[in-house]
Amino acid sequence: MPIEPEDQINYQKALFDKGWAAYNWPVEYGGTGWSLVQKYIFQTEMANADMPIFIPFGVGMVGPIIYSFGSDEQKQRFLPDILESNVWWCQGYSEPGSGSDLASLKTRADRDGDAYVVNGSKIWTTLAQFADWIFCLVRTSSDVARRQEGISFLLIDMQTPGVSVKPIITIDGSHEVNEVYFENVRVPAENLIGEEGKGWTYGKVLLQHERTGTAGVAYTKYRLRKLRAQAQQSVRGAVPLSEDHNFMRKIAAVEVELKALEYTELRTLAAVSSGKAPGAESSILKFKGTELQQAVDALYMEAAGYYALPYVPEQYVLGFPEDDRIGEGVETDASPRYFNYRKASIYGGSNEIQKNIIAKHVLGL
Amino acid sequence: MDFSLNEFQSMLDDSVEKFVSNEYDFETRQANAASDIGYGSATWQTFCELGWTAMPFAEADGGLDGGPLETMILMQQFGRGLVVEPYLANIILAGGVLRRLATAEQKTRWLQPIIEGQMQAALAFAEPQNRYEFGEITTTAVAAGDGWVLNGKKSVVLNGGNADVLIIPAGGDGMCLFAISADSPGIRRQDYQTVDGSRAADITLENVAVGADALLGKVGDGRATLEAVIDDAILAVAAEAVGIMRALTTKTVEYSKNRVQFGVPIGSFQALQHRMVDMLTASEQSYSLLLWATMANADKTDEAKRAINAIKYQVSTAGTYVGQEAVQLHGGMGMSWEFDVGHYFKRLSVIAQIFGNADWHLDRLAK
Repeated sequence: MPIEPEDQINYQKALFDKGWAAYNWPVEYGGTGWSLVQKYIFQTEMANADMPIFIPFGVGMVGPIIYSFGSDEQKQRFLPDILESNVWWCQGYSEPGSGSDLASLKTRADRDGDAYVVNGSKIWTTLAQFADWIFCLVRTSSDVARRQEGISFLLIDMQTPGVSVKPIITIDGSHEVNEVYFENVRVPAENLIGEEGKGWTYGKVLLQHERTGTAGVAYTKYRLRKLRAQAQQSVRGAVPLSEDHNFMRKIAAVEVELKALEYTELRTLAAVSSGKAPGAESSILKFKGTELQQAVDALYMEAAGYYALPYVPEQYVLGFPEDDRIGEGVETDASPRYFNYRKASIYGGSNEIQKNIIAKHVLGL
Repeated sequence: MDFSLNEFQSMLDDSVEKFVSNEYDFETRQANAASDIGYGSATWQTFCELGWTAMPFAEADGGLDGGPLETMILMQQFGRGLVVEPYLANIILAGGVLRRLATAEQKTRWLQPIIEGQMQAALAFAEPQNRYEFGEITTTAVAAGDGWVLNGKKSVVLNGGNADVLIIPAGGDGMCLFAISADSPGIRRQDYQTVDGSRAADITLENVAVGADALLGKVGDGRATLEAVIDDAILAVAAEAVGIMRALTTKTVEYSKNRVQFGVPIGSFQALQHRMVDMLTASEQSYSLLLWATMANADKTDEAKRAINAIKYQVSTAGTYVGQEAVQLHGGMGMSWEFDVGHYFKRLSVIAQIFGNADWHLDRLAK
């Protein structure tokens, strides 16, 4: 839940020391060069060990864009710090007027000599309050046949004059997302990735990453196992939930669906491993994955019973001494997590957008 | 059948509707919720002045003789305005016990000040181990001298931290209900916020000595009274949930008309239109069932008990559905603390679980 930036950075650096920070990168840029199957096993074991998430914006997102589409100078300049978690990145895609319809984005970057002048705002920017840099989709031209063609991919130093960050508190009470404003922000033209007007193509590759990355099957499985284990116990002397037939049936039903999704993921993996492009499955993974994630969160909520009610943010951060703790085990953050993860069916292209993509590209409708 | 309101009910509906529309906007609600006590004390005084805190009590007790229908009208409007003031805890729960069991002296001491807004009250019906089986309690009451000594733990007592008077079920099989001053020696309260913006407390009673006058009714009266009061509370939160569901449906439809993506309002997409029709259907079906359940209980028909289980099952499932859909269709805005939709959703989520969740009530209907 709440995050202490120093702890997060130390954790990511510890993974770097192990050689696991950029497990998804090729060897030449400091990655592991693992096969897809090896990466899958790594992800699964990380989830099984309940490891904290690796903030995806650097290593998971902008890194691959830079080594795929960036210049040699950009690679040398940015990749080492991403790898070592020396620089915190955030993602500037959504705008107040451009959510599901991302291509309508309006943040402008106008060329002025050797710089771009950026004006506009980005919204729902995750952990921008800690970020040193932001990668943005910006509009460099409105004079194009398809509006996607006027979009470019730009890297912006958050310390540049004219950049400001305003927190957005979400319904669980946490500060994860922000609105980021750009007012006449001068960005050196050398921070443009690839060609002007090609940003949409690069960004789409990234979204594909984001969509496969959000299935979270291994972690959802881990959370279900944890719930099953707690259900066997008598919490505070109560009848164990395992004696509640209705509840256990619900766990079983989610387990069946999750097993199916695991095999859908493995099918994707098998296809890609044999050299085929990931296609429709990646969209299925995102929306089905988030649905199941949310289904498990709802079961935690249900398991908590009356202890879903207390809202005690301090105890998620500090932990309370046993005598003062409100709720036990899975109960303590069941409802904040349930509320917070309603976002999962909204971000990274809402589940409705995922279904549109499948309808169009898979069903040909 | 005649579903029209009588003159008194229409006036009540109008007055709460006006209050919510004119004096209780979302900013006021949020400011009240964010205060130390989790509600607005001035707002509560207004409720007293308007007679709402007197509604379900007998005229002889200074009340207005309202029944389940009047509570339904009030709570529906409270739902629409997402009213955070502790009406349920004071008037329906604690007040519900007092009006049924208290002697004239006890009413003067506890009930009058509650109606007049000079005292806050709470009913400690949940215990750490009893989940939704409120009859199964481990808090003990042992006769000592003229009075009693109470020991035990109470969970998530709504308004428990604010309460001046606590209604404590104790004594297992021969359950008794006690009205005790919240500052009695031996009472420890851990007061906290709840996810719906209100407040509750975990309460420990350690050798709390109370006089004979703390006992409400007779030894063994507790169980049936507690059940009757919880039934009232279920009808009340069901009405509140209907008010919320209807508000969320309206808000979502409005938003979909104004939010433009892909060059058109998102409400023009058929896929979303059908989902809003489903939200409307869930809300209106809930309202229909609420009318049946409330009238069955007002008239004490043979179906009254089943109607309680049915309406709680309905609002737990439909409320969760409508709440989740409202957030989803609002996108990021639905996730934002500054915006009302997410808070309506959280209240529906709480209502879905308190007084027994959907499964618990469906089990009782299935038997």
